[in-house]
Amino acid sequence: MPEHGGVPIELRGVTKRFPGAGAPAVDRLDLLIPAGEIVVLLGPSGCGKTTTMRMVNRLEEPTSGDILIDGQNSRDINPNQLRRHIGYVIQQAGLFPHMTVARNVAQVPKLLGWDSRRIAGRVDELLDLVGMDPGLFRDRYPRALSGGQQQRVGVARALAADPPVLLMDEPFGALDPITRERLQDELLRLQEELAKTIVFVTHDVDEALKIGDRIAMMQRGSRIVQYAAPAEILTDPADDYVEQYLGGESSMKLLRLTKVGDIRLDRVPHAAEDADTERLLAEIEAGGDQYALIVDEARHPLRWVTVDDLAGRTGPVGDLGDPVGDTILGRMTLQDALESLLNADTDVVPVVGRRRVYSGVISLSTVQQAIQDIKARERERRRRRHDGPRG
Amino acid sequence: MSLWEYVSSRKDLILFEAAQHASMVAQCVLVAAVLGVLVGVLSYRRAHVSALALGMAGVLFTIPSLAMLGLLIPPLGLGVAPSVTAITLYALLPIIRNTVVGLRGVDAQLVDAARGIGMSGRRSLLRVELPLAWPVILTGIRVATQLAMGIGAVAAYVSGPGLGEQIFSGLARLGGANALNSTLTGTIGIILLALLFDACFVLLGRLTIPGGIRA
Ligand SMILES: Nc1ncnc2c1ncn2[C@@H]1O[C@H](COP(=O)(O)OP(=O)(O)OP(=O)(O)O)[C@@H](O)[C@H]1O
Ligand SMILES: [Mg+2]
Repeated sequence: MPEHGGVPIELRGVTKRFPGAGAPAVDRLDLLIPAGEIVVLLGPSGCGKTTTMRMVNRLEEPTSGDILIDGQNSRDINPNQLRRHIGYVIQQAGLFPHMTVARNVAQVPKLLGWDSRRIAGRVDELLDLVGMDPGLFRDRYPRALSGGQQQRVGVARALAADPPVLLMDEPFGALDPITRERLQDELLRLQEELAKTIVFVTHDVDEALKIGDRIAMMQRGSRIVQYAAPAEILTDPADDYVEQYLGGESSMKLLRLTKVGDIRLDRVPHAAEDADTERLLAEIEAGGDQYALIVDEARHPLRWVTVDDLAGRTGPVGDLGDPVGDTILGRMTLQDALESLLNADTDVVPVVGRRRVYSGVISLSTVQQAIQDIKARERERRRRRHDGPRG
Repeated sequence: MSLWEYVSSRKDLILFEAAQHASMVAQCVLVAAVLGVLVGVLSYRRAHVSALALGMAGVLFTIPSLAMLGLLIPPLGLGVAPSVTAITLYALLPIIRNTVVGLRGVDAQLVDAARGIGMSGRRSLLRVELPLAWPVILTGIRVATQLAMGIGAVAAYVSGPGLGEQIFSGLARLGGANALNSTLTGTIGIILLALLFDACFVLLGRLTIPGGIRA
C-alpha cells in the first residue's frame, strides 16, 4: 500500500481553560505545523504540551480559537472520524492488554470497516515496518512484550490506517536510554519513508534536538518562546529562559546533532594501487601534504602512504604503506566521530559514505572548524534577518 | 435410619428439590447479573449516582433475609414470587459493586487510548472497559451466586422451592424421626450445589476472561 505523506496543521488563537483552574492551560496559541515535519513541543512539566496536542484530535475541546487540519476546521469533523485519521501514541504505549498484538494494531482499520483479509495483510506489513517479526509477535499479548516492543506496537497501531498526522506524547519517556535512542533512530528512519506530520511532546532537550525538524519551546500556558530548527535554537536561544532550559554545552549538543556527511571534510591526495609512484609523490608535494590514501577499484580506503614510503621508488604504488585502521561513516554524528578520532591510531581518519566509498578525511581540527562554521553561519543568518526589511 | 438410607429412600424428591434449587438460583443470578451490570454501567462514571445505587443495594443487604421474605408476603403472597424477588435483590449488591469497582479500575490511559484512536464511547465500553473489568464483575457474580444459594434455603420459610424445605421440615420436627437426617440432607445438598456452581464459575472464567489478562 502506498503510504501517504502529511498535511499541515494550523492553530489559531487557541485557548484552553479547564473548569476551576485559574490561568488557562493554553493561552491564545498560534502555531503552524508544516506538512511532513516533526514538530516537537518542548517545555517544563505542566506548561500545556499535552493539552495542546490533545486539542488537535479533540480529546480536549478548545475553549476558543480554531485548529485547521489540512485547511479544514477540526470543529467541523466528527471527533471519532477525526481521530481515526490521526495516529495517537502515548507513554507506555497504551496497548489493550486483553487483545493480541495483531488485534491491537487492527483496531483502527476495523473501525474504518476494512475487510479482514486486508486488515491481516496490513497488520503484518506494519509489524515489519516497526521491526517486529509478525510470525513471532502477531499472536502475543502485550504483557509478553518488553517496553520497547510495546512502544513499537503502539507506533504500528497509530500508523495502521496510514494517517497523515501522528500525535506522540512522550512516547519514549518510560524507556531506558539505550532503547529510547534506538526507537528514536527508528522513528527518524520511518519518517524518512513516510513523511508524516508529527507532533511530538517531550521535556527531554536531547530528544527534542535529535527528533525535531522544528522545536516549539514553551512556557506556562503554552506560550511559545521560540519556534525554530534545533541548530538555530542551540546557536541562538531567544532568551535566558531558553538558554537555561537547554542547559549549556551547546557545542556538545551541536556535535550530537550534526552528521559527518554534512560538514566540509578535508581532502588528501588519493590514488589507486596501480598509480605511478613518482606522479603520486609529485602530487603530494604539490599540495603541500605529507601523505596520500590508496583506494581500491571500488574506492574503498586501503592504505596510507607517506612521502618517505614513496621517495626514491618507481613503478606502480602496489602495497606500499600502512593499512588504514578505522574509518568513520558519513552518517555518524560528529560526537561519534569525535569518539572514534580520540581512539584512533592516526590523527587523520578516512570518511566513507554510502557503500563505504571514500569521501574525505577528518581530524579533530576538522570537527572544531565545522562547529565554528555552523555557529558563524547561524550568526550570519540572524544578522541578515534582523537587518532585513521589516513590516 | 441412617442418613444414607434416608437419602436413598427419598432420592427422587431430593433430586427434584436440588434441581429446583439450582434452577432458582441460576435464574435469579442471571437476572441480577443483567440488572446489576446495567446499573453499574449506567452509574460508574457518575460518582453520585453510583453511590446512590450502591447505598440502596447496601441497605437492602442489611435486612435479614428472613425479615425480607416476611415483608414480601403481603405484596407477593407465598411461594416462588417472594423467594425469587428476595434472592435477586440480595444478589444485586455484589454485582453492582463489582461492576462499578471493575469499570473504575480500568486504567484511564487505556480508555484515553481507545478514544484517541477513534472508538466511540459505547465501543470503548464494550471492547475495552467491560472486557478489562470482566474478571472483577465475574467475581461479583460468583459471590452473588453463593449468597443466593444460602438465601434460597431460607426461601422455604415462604414455601419457596428448593432444598430449604428439607432443612425447615427437619428443624420443625427437631427430635422427631429423621429430623436430623432431613436437615443434614438439605444442608449438605446446598453445600454440594454451591461447590458445583463454583466449579462452573472457574470454567466460565477460563472461557470468558481474555488470555492477556488471565491471572
Ligand atoms: N483534565 C484537566 N483538568 C484540569 N486541569 C488540567 C487537566 N489537564 C491538564 N490540566 C492542567 O493544565 C495544565 C497543563 O497540563 P498539561 O498536561 O498539558 O501539561 P504538560 O506540559 O503536558 O506537562 P507534563 O510534561 O507534566 O506532561 C496543568 O496545569 C494541568 O494541571
Ligand atoms: Mg504531558
